[in-house]
Amino acid sequence: MKYVVALVLGLIIGAAILAVGVVYNPFTVDRVLSPLSVTEAQVIVLKFSRVPAESLVYTNNGDSVPSPYPEKVLQLWEAPIRKTSAMATVMRDARNQPAGIGIKISSLSESTHLLRGEAIVDSIWYVYAPQHGSMFIQQTENYLPFVREVAFPAWKSAANSWRGTWMGNMTSGPGALGIAAVSGGSGRVKGLDLDGVETLSVRAFSADAGFVAAEGQLLIELPDPSDDEEDVLVR
Amino acid sequence: MPDLASELTSGGTVLIRTFFVGIVLGLAAAAGALYAIPVVDQAREVSITKVAPNGGNVEVFRIDIPTDRVMVGPAGQAKPVPPGLQWPNIEELSGVRTEMFKVRNARGLVIGVAIRNAATKEGQNVIDWVLHFPARGSVFVNMDAAPHEGGYRIGGFRAGSREFATLSGSMTERWVANTSEEEGAPAGHIELQATYVGELKPLDLAEESVE
Repeated sequence: MKYVVALVLGLIIGAAILAVGVVYNPFTVDRVLSPLSVTEAQVIVLKFSRVPAESLVYTNNGDSVPSPYPEKVLQLWEAPIRKTSAMATVMRDARNQPAGIGIKISSLSESTHLLRGEAIVDSIWYVYAPQHGSMFIQQTENYLPFVREVAFPAWKSAANSWRGTWMGNMTSGPGALGIAAVSGGSGRVKGLDLDGVETLSVRAFSADAGFVAAEGQLLIELPDPSDDEEDVLVR
Repeated sequence: MPDLASELTSGGTVLIRTFFVGIVLGLAAAAGALYAIPVVDQAREVSITKVAPNGGNVEVFRIDIPTDRVMVGPAGQAKPVPPGLQWPNIEELSGVRTEMFKVRNARGLVIGVAIRNAATKEGQNVIDWVLHFPARGSVFVNMDAAPHEGGYRIGGFRAGSREFATLSGSMTERWVANTSEEEGAPAGHIELQATYVGELKPLDLAEESVE
């Protein structure tokens, strides 16, 4: 009997070691620096709050954290959309002035591979900013660095919360170097295929309520006007 | 100082070995389970598509009104959707109507989430649709602002992700009023008909001739 107990205890500890190893995997690299932060091209900056109560609408299946906002919003409880959340928010420009509206829809991704250090979310943005036009942004986001450095410590703490300063580059694809694909639909970006990146800055997080103080930012790189001139010269 | 190793009985050694074997097995079993069992498994409904007479595939979606409305954007509504929505009264959103819905397939089952944005700014009319299906991908459609004869609008696929990344095509939207007199029936539904055309790939004639 004691051998069975020792074996079971070993199995549990082995599984726990792997779980800790997945969260604190030393072979995964966190991309803190956005590839667009070193670009010389013109960049559209769109900021937004990640706190559901500061958005216009936030909804999910109703059982997950955070809770939907406003309280009576339709919940996404049906099986095909149960692992999806949607948020509508006012987008602000680099000077913190209202720039337009943005809607983000995120779904847990089947390409998640925890052994490779990937907790993937497939997300899309629809942004309408009168100054620029309408944009569709598609990306994959890796939440494992956020889980490791913010959500897991919050869950471990006695108060179920985390305070500090965490900044991360959430976009992990589909483009190389963790770039999102941006497609312009109208206005000055009509017909353009651009690169984008979403970053997240967290100051307070609760394991029970989600983001308490957090801000996101979309960076969208505009094409260099001189590129067109060079094309003409080559032709 | 006592020699602990020599004090261990053979039974104790076997016990410790069993414990360490358990740890290795636990590591291997958890790693194997993580590798083999998908962490995320999205629920899927079978796509209901028909072959279009002139090529491509046609898929019809519907949005029941008002039951599938998640959000309706303009400020100053008597009954905001959702209740308690604080739509900002700012210049950037004047003339902008942004809506979010659940989307159903032809059998009436919810399979995704959609966004419709209609904006009139500086003489420019914009009508965009984004359809998001968690198990399949997303598609972005720019509609013609002016409706066609018969009251429908048509637009082209601008971009897509995953399943829709390599597809081009078009989509129509039209309002279908409910004619049944059933109690509690929706006022009607928005019908979206998407026509998918696969990416055109040039034939490699040299390769064909070798075969």
